[in-house]
Amino acid sequence: MVLRIRGAGLIAGFAMAAALPVMAQQPAPPAGGPAAAPAPVDRGSALYGRPESEGAAKLAPVAPPPIPTPADKLPLAKLKAPQGFRVEVYAAGVTNAREMRLGDKGTVFVGARLTDKVHAITDENGARKVRVIASGLHRPNGVAFHNGSLYIAELSKISKIDNIEANLEHPPKPTLVSDSFPKDEAHGWKFIAIGPDEKLYVPIGAPGNINNPPETHAQIRRMNLDGSGMEVVARGVRNTVGFDWHPVSKELYFTDNGRDWVSEDVPEDELNRITASGKKHFGFPFCHQGNMTDPEFGWGHSCDDYEPPISLMGPHSASLGMRFYTGGMFPAEYKNAIFVARHGSWNRTKKVGGDIMVVKLNEDGSVKSKEPFLTGFLEDNKYVGRPVDVQVMKDGSMLVSDDFNGAVYRISYGG
Amino acid sequence: MRQFLVAAVIACLAAAASAAEPVAERTAICLSCHGESGRSETPEVPSLGGQPASFLLIQLYQFREKQRIAEPMNSLTAEFTDDDLREVSDFLATLPPPTPAEPAEPARMEAGKELAAKHRCGFCHNPDLSGHDQIPRIGAQREDYLVKALSEYKSGARAGYDPAMVEVAQGIGDGELADLAYYLARFR
Repeated sequence: MVLRIRGAGLIAGFAMAAALPVMAQQPAPPAGGPAAAPAPVDRGSALYGRPESEGAAKLAPVAPPPIPTPADKLPLAKLKAPQGFRVEVYAAGVTNAREMRLGDKGTVFVGARLTDKVHAITDENGARKVRVIASGLHRPNGVAFHNGSLYIAELSKISKIDNIEANLEHPPKPTLVSDSFPKDEAHGWKFIAIGPDEKLYVPIGAPGNINNPPETHAQIRRMNLDGSGMEVVARGVRNTVGFDWHPVSKELYFTDNGRDWVSEDVPEDELNRITASGKKHFGFPFCHQGNMTDPEFGWGHSCDDYEPPISLMGPHSASLGMRFYTGGMFPAEYKNAIFVARHGSWNRTKKVGGDIMVVKLNEDGSVKSKEPFLTGFLEDNKYVGRPVDVQVMKDGSMLVSDDFNGAVYRISYGG
Repeated sequence: MRQFLVAAVIACLAAAASAAEPVAERTAICLSCHGESGRSETPEVPSLGGQPASFLLIQLYQFREKQRIAEPMNSLTAEFTDDDLREVSDFLATLPPPTPAEPAEPARMEAGKELAAKHRCGFCHNPDLSGHDQIPRIGAQREDYLVKALSEYKSGARAGYDPAMVEVAQGIGDGELADLAYYLARFR
């Protein structure tokens, strides 16, 4: 397989200069030649790349139980936030709670990766009601909300339900927006968001742990809300499960999960930023964490040719959902800071993650500091919960989803 | 045969769904197909002996939610509460592991062993293929069931809970599947 970078389809500002050395090293194959075949299929799994060693043999992905934890059994007492913050259970019984979005009328929509349902949480006089609003879906991890419509991202398609908040009791079936996506299970589930440009942003992960992906994969695309005008925004993105736009600069920031099985300690997950002047290729599979060429695919490449991350988020930590804090409740130091949910590692003997990190930025959008904000999901190297996403509420409080327990927590300050 | 089974299952549905009964009585209907000793004698029906409780719970949940379609399991679990699912999976997890199929032709066993290494079965299912947590025991499973399950993962007809098995099975060649199942069913 060779890397082919197309100029067409990339947003304005694509740094062709950065891509040219890569193209020079690896000329495109003749049309219809054997090199156009997809990557070897036995690399399409999380197992590819694992060394034959005793320590490695003990590690495998962690699956949560399918049944949500009852409210009174949730690990609330173990969760620790900075002084002055309060953590409470917002809703239990939200099976495999993943990406969250807030509707105009205050409904919280929650996707799922391991079950077929999308949930809606409403506040009814202080008590939360949890409803299933769509089912029979295939890995409906992603949800977005815009002008009254709920967008749902399944493994390989986006659909929507218009006027959803007026129809929570009897929602109609979702209608198709686009299914022009690869069908791979590996990294095929999606986080989605609608940008300040009113376009729907959709990632397509690398089909496996480490491979040289076809040009249809390892990227972030955007499209019009009717599915038309699909174009590539960023390449070399292994698997992003969280992104948001800076409230002032409107630049897109995204997390990216690094490859597994190189070592316990590298590469780290990334926090990235797309700037007008920056490169639009973020390195995968040639360069990881901005300074480490891949032991296999990195030969013949230099990390100088790819956009480096603005922060490293920990090895195998599974940095997933993220939002800029735009609320008015938290102290001023958190204004426009990024909250990142780290789901927690599986590909590491001593687990890392299982927390919410807060990344504070400088005026120029670079990283000023990074520190744990909500901890306690990891206890004695075992998960008692696993945070997936954060959502800022209208009152300035922040929700945290936990797919391990099927729950949503609320963090508030003062009061 | 299948029609008879479905009829028998429907006749017992009311009994199976009654939470008041002791678990041994409630699970009698399970064992009538899956085998009382943990080893299934029914074509294309898996042996449940030695399966991890977490794995069993996930399957029962998926049957109830119709995320995994395999009648009569969807009908049988339709009225189960969460507690029913937990109780039944905990009970079934106490069944002893099945014994391997025989005879084991050395040439096919060698071919199957190489395939199991190539597709890294032991990475998740343990080197002794005994399974753990959400990952099932596949050693000494029924050969016809292994062919069925792998074929369904490969085609995507069975999505699985985690995507792991679809990812792996898509890489198993059509010609490899039979030898792999032959080997796993006779693994000791």
